[in-house]
Amino acid sequence: MNTTTQKGMFGKEYAWRGIAVLCGLFVIALTLVIGAFLIYKGSDTFLKFGHTLWEFLGSAKWHPVDSAEGGGAAGALIFITGSLVTCGLALLIATPFALGSAIFMTEISARFGEKFYRPVVEIFAGIPSVVYGWVGLTVLVPFIRNVFDRQVGHSILAAGIVLAVMIFPTITSVSADAILAVPDACRKAAYGLGSTRWQTIRHIVIPAAAPGIISGIILGLARAFGEALAVSMVIGQTTALPKSIFSTTKTLTTEIASQMGNAMEGGELKSALWSMALLLFLVSLLFITLIHYFTNKGKAKAEGGKA
Amino acid sequence: MDKRIQRARRADRAMTGIFYGIAAFFFALLLAFTGKVIIGGLMGASPEMFAFARQGAIGNQLFNTVYLVFISLLVSVPLGVFAGIYLAMYAKPGLFTRFLRICIETLSSLPSIVVGLFGYLVFLVFMGMGKSLLAGALSISILTLPLITTTTEDAIKGLPAGYFQAGMGMGSTRWQAIFHVLLPACIPRIMTGVILAAGRGFGEAAALLYTTGSGSSLRWGNWDITSPTSPLNVLRPAETLSIQIWNLQTNAQDAALANLASAVLLLLVLLFNIGANAWSRHINRKNSGEKA
Amino acid sequence: MLKTKFEIEHLNLHYGSFHALKNISMKIPANEITAFIGPSGCGKSTFLKTLNRMNDLEENVTIDGTVRMDEKDIYSEMDAITLRHDVGMVFQQPNPFPKSVYDNVAYGPRIFGIRKKSQLDEIVERSLRQAAIWNELKDRLKKSALGLSGGQQQRLCIARTLAIQPKVILMDEPTSALDPISTSKIEDLAMELKKDYTIIIVTHNMQQAARISDKTAFFLLGEAIEYGKTEDIFARPQDKRTENYITGRFG
Repeated sequence: MNTTTQKGMFGKEYAWRGIAVLCGLFVIALTLVIGAFLIYKGSDTFLKFGHTLWEFLGSAKWHPVDSAEGGGAAGALIFITGSLVTCGLALLIATPFALGSAIFMTEISARFGEKFYRPVVEIFAGIPSVVYGWVGLTVLVPFIRNVFDRQVGHSILAAGIVLAVMIFPTITSVSADAILAVPDACRKAAYGLGSTRWQTIRHIVIPAAAPGIISGIILGLARAFGEALAVSMVIGQTTALPKSIFSTTKTLTTEIASQMGNAMEGGELKSALWSMALLLFLVSLLFITLIHYFTNKGKAKAEGGKA
Repeated sequence: MDKRIQRARRADRAMTGIFYGIAAFFFALLLAFTGKVIIGGLMGASPEMFAFARQGAIGNQLFNTVYLVFISLLVSVPLGVFAGIYLAMYAKPGLFTRFLRICIETLSSLPSIVVGLFGYLVFLVFMGMGKSLLAGALSISILTLPLITTTTEDAIKGLPAGYFQAGMGMGSTRWQAIFHVLLPACIPRIMTGVILAAGRGFGEAAALLYTTGSGSSLRWGNWDITSPTSPLNVLRPAETLSIQIWNLQTNAQDAALANLASAVLLLLVLLFNIGANAWSRHINRKNSGEKA
Repeated sequence: MLKTKFEIEHLNLHYGSFHALKNISMKIPANEITAFIGPSGCGKSTFLKTLNRMNDLEENVTIDGTVRMDEKDIYSEMDAITLRHDVGMVFQQPNPFPKSVYDNVAYGPRIFGIRKKSQLDEIVERSLRQAAIWNELKDRLKKSALGLSGGQQQRLCIARTLAIQPKVILMDEPTSALDPISTSKIEDLAMELKKDYTIIIVTHNMQQAARISDKTAFFLLGEAIEYGKTEDIFARPQDKRTENYITGRFG
């Protein structure tokens, strides 16, 4: 082979490899830049406007001033509580159904499950959140108002139900994968000892799949925690701590979505909103860490060495 | 002991019933949900709502949605595919690769409103773009980038090892083997990922809230891409279907229009998701057919 | 005269349209070791599984003929769950649950409804002793069973079966995944256990069948070709095909 074409060949090799490496670097840079911007913008509340972390996390006084002078109150407890309560409610509603569905499509009716049920669940997963929100607003909210005889149907309950339907597919399909990964030999051993199917599922399959199921639940929780618009549509948007599941309140995401557009650049309100975005970012990092922890635990369980 | 077995069997039957019940319930719920949104939305619409008009119609928003997602894929597909190739073919196990994976995971789990804020900050505040289709498209690119990267990596890693060795064995460089042997073989799988990414883009609203604005005044036939009313101009504000639904609910007007927008948006997303599903099934069947 | 444990008459089994077991009739005595031998795919494992209805778990299986245990038809007069409490099974691959050693052995008693700690402790110790593995494991009862060696895992699986106090133990090639030393431990164990249990073992290792079993049945292509006392089968096979197999001319 003559040397110039060879040189061209290797030159191209290096060029393409360089592009691939650059794209990898870009992804890293992008993530770091996002993190850096959030820290940069979100720290103003504490550094520039002098609020304490304790005030931000623990106080329900929310009167940030929409100007660069500051001096207002920036307690985000209402929104933190709102987020926690709606997500907790959503998990409470979605988890039993999702687990039941996952068991149905793997253990009870595997053929029907793989052919029809899983695609149906995946379709659920693809429905845009604004559509969920809109249906929640036009169907669920009036329903709650009439059935429970409230003045308004907007409520934590409505938000919890909308979120539950949204995260149901996530929990279902991750749990189903975890259950499918349980070796068949375990089921056979259980049946061989005279277990019924339910005993096998309850005492063998679910404990063995538990780390994967928990990862699925955390993934669902992460999705619920970050959802903004669907929740905004049905939660009623009042700045007050909730008293019951029929209360209207706000969450971190709904407050960001509704205030960010009105707030002045560089003002105290905007900084406080950025701090809330930073909090969302940190919480999603926490979720990732938890998922890693449970995945590793699952691996250790399957290998048996350390467990 | 017999009583125990009796009881265990009763519990078994009861639980089986419950599982069937849950499955049936969600099957019915999905059918009712999609049925209500699609049929309800289309039935309640008047013909002029389908028009490409500035107000009271969904035509321009539909166009904006598709155009915005198209632009965002122009950015995220090459980036994601190359990053996926890097991960599958070049990355050596080590700190850098592990960090890259953590970054991808972080990106994929970011709440979309946070991505929207980041897009707003970078494209609008720092780069001075103004609310525009491009700023929104780039935000969506950030959201879909991890999905495309991981699909590409999985697609390449899912190929039989022989593929790559055969390419290398004929004396080609690593890149030639990737370009001529591996990529063509996994394009169908990557396509599935791209279709799914598009589906996600169509429905996204929170990331667009502060980046694209709510413009819907287009002059059809105006193909001068610098003009603010030209459909092709990427620097104009552009209201998508999902943002339209959001705006209609905050202003509490014209529920029928929002219903129609929901129906069309849902149809669009379903079309893409079911398409991706059918496509990947088709590919799997073809591949296993070749083996047999 | 030994008591008969299983009486099988005209048993046929189909997987879909495949005729896997052809008209099998035999009597299996209690408190002896009966070995099923034959080349792979001959139906010996399938036949073993009909004795505790593990075939019920598979699709497209149809069975006709009768299988009686202690004079009761196990397909019409018993349900599979009760049957499997009486007929335990040890599988080819050791398959402990991903739980602790203790929880593995206690699983069976627990689903019977035994909850008392002292009672469970007693059952666990007794079963592990019977399976000759108590001394090795008594200090690691709380450790995961998946950390044990293959041979230990298999003896743990036997202990797990003993804990439900079955009358019969089915062993489906229990040593094929194990090394020679573990194999001989399991063989000794089987010899020891036949005092109290009826043991039926499937093996493709003819020396193993000759060493430990009292009776041997030779299977070929879904048929029970020859069945009798082990020494007769190996010393004076009546059928040409049996002779060919045990002299190693095919298989």
